[in-house]
Amino acid sequence: MRPDPGVREEGAAAPSSAMPALRREGFGPGAYLAFAGVMVCTMILCVCAGSVSIPVRDTVRVIAAAVLGREIPAVSARSIILSVRLPRVLCVALTGAALSLCGAAMQGLLKNPLADGSTLGVSSGASLGAALAIALEITLPGIPFAGTMVMAMLFAFLSLILILSLAYRLDFSLSTNTIILIGVIYSMFISSVLSLVIAFAGDHLKSITYWTMGSLAGSSYKNALVLLTALGLCGAVIVCHARELNAFAIGEDNARHIGVNVKRVKLTVMITVSVLIGVCVSIGGTIAFVGLVTPHMVRMITGPNHKRILPASLFGGATFLMLCDLLARILFNPVELPIGVVTSFIGAILFVVIFYQSRRAHA
Amino acid sequence: MSLLEVKALSVRYGEHLIVDDVSFALEEGRWLMLIGPNGAGKSTIVNAVSRSAPYTGEIRFRGRDIRRYRSTELARNLGILSQHHSVGYAFTVEEVVRLGRYSYAPGIFSRRSDADEVSVAEALRLTGLTDLAGQSVLTLSGGELQRTFLAQLFAQDPQVLILDEPTNHLDLVFQRETFALIRAWLEIPGRGVISVVHDLSLARAYGTDALLLHRGRAVAGGEIGEVFTPGHLNAVYDMDVADWMRQMLSQWQ
Repeated sequence: MRPDPGVREEGAAAPSSAMPALRREGFGPGAYLAFAGVMVCTMILCVCAGSVSIPVRDTVRVIAAAVLGREIPAVSARSIILSVRLPRVLCVALTGAALSLCGAAMQGLLKNPLADGSTLGVSSGASLGAALAIALEITLPGIPFAGTMVMAMLFAFLSLILILSLAYRLDFSLSTNTIILIGVIYSMFISSVLSLVIAFAGDHLKSITYWTMGSLAGSSYKNALVLLTALGLCGAVIVCHARELNAFAIGEDNARHIGVNVKRVKLTVMITVSVLIGVCVSIGGTIAFVGLVTPHMVRMITGPNHKRILPASLFGGATFLMLCDLLARILFNPVELPIGVVTSFIGAILFVVIFYQSRRAHA
Repeated sequence: MSLLEVKALSVRYGEHLIVDDVSFALEEGRWLMLIGPNGAGKSTIVNAVSRSAPYTGEIRFRGRDIRRYRSTELARNLGILSQHHSVGYAFTVEEVVRLGRYSYAPGIFSRRSDADEVSVAEALRLTGLTDLAGQSVLTLSGGELQRTFLAQLFAQDPQVLILDEPTNHLDLVFQRETFALIRAWLEIPGRGVISVVHDLSLARAYGTDALLLHRGRAVAGGEIGEVFTPGHLNAVYDMDVADWMRQMLSQWQ
């Protein structure tokens, strides 16, 4: 405590000579290695398993050769590995990581363990945009999936602006309850419009319906690259806000009192999340509940600190969605389920469990 | 120059005028008590000063409009304790207290400094929470939670404390300790305290100044002795306050 009567300037209390304490809230390198190890093992398993089983040894040899740029060994399954399974598994992993990160961020920001990208209505908005692009055959020349992606991102943005301006009108402080309520109502509204689009979709009915259930079958390396870029940029922004998210998770008023620029952080995180969701939706359709399930399971291991939850959700989400995709492929082989069916099945049950637990905690 | 100066403050929630043209000032070394019945606008004034509620009028900290301060800069100078606390997740007491240091190093790559460690440890010690540091806040009693946020405020180490019912949920021992703690804190030059207090005896014992509010308007303000007159209090509370206090006390004789 200093007898300093003046107004405190930026960084006034940071003594430069002090040795930084080495205690950390985030993970050490060992934990990251363990996470990455589990994820890579799952990835190899998912490439090996399927309607045709491929030996682990061949899989590892082919992938290693492809990654290192060496001559690819003449294994019979090499085209299945490199042109079918690997791009799909990569897309699934990246989508899982992205959606889980979004879920974790929203759950912190809104101080609500049931919040998900879809709680804001951004997922629904994005899916309407993408469905319209399919129904109206909107494409951009050159890149085949750019039409759906641009429409999905555009609608995610529009949804965000609409929801936020409605929320501001109703409640100056943008409280959690207002946002979730508006998000739920907005999702309902969007789903009715979506039904309308489907009713008039004609020839595109099947592809829209299948796509709304979520599927990453037939993904390409191009998809994976787009996902990786979006995740790299948006993920960095979200991870950099871990401390602010901790403050929000304790309470928005408290965050304001300790000096968090509440409106700026909220807007930044929301926009980042909607961009990431827009990209995911345009590539894989609406894969519900991933952003709900992963952070919840992760939180049971890491505790509520976002310096741990956010990175753990990235790895956990990738692993979780790869396993869901594996189930979707092999459960009723040769019939393949849309991946959204598997995640919704698991997610809906878990939703009830979380809701029950949080009710009991407040009782 | 006053530490904190409030001029012609009005706060409106929709149609309702909750605070109506209130002015007051906090000088260094003073403890200003905001007094008044429920619905007088005390907490709303706290919300306006913490920039949580839209207001008209002027609020200046050391002569500068608080709206012109950066969030972190304001937090290093003004510390707010809310009336209600709820935490959504199982953060530990120490994690909550540590967030009080946010405004000193809000950057992405900021590392914990020794000053942070000392501050957090000291705040935990002062509020008697050292043994509970690793416990989840979801398992705390109301009083322990109140002390956790009080500790966060001490870790934040501001120049002015603005406390909305600081003794909420606290038992008699901690009420006394908290007020003694704040009085000792106030002895360092350049500091000031504003608190909303319902217990008029506590307010009178510790406050140096008072602002008496009724239905959003300031009825009286100034030295606490001048504000706490039977005329003022009886009119605002619509009862004989001194007589009631004497009746309460007589039970102990």
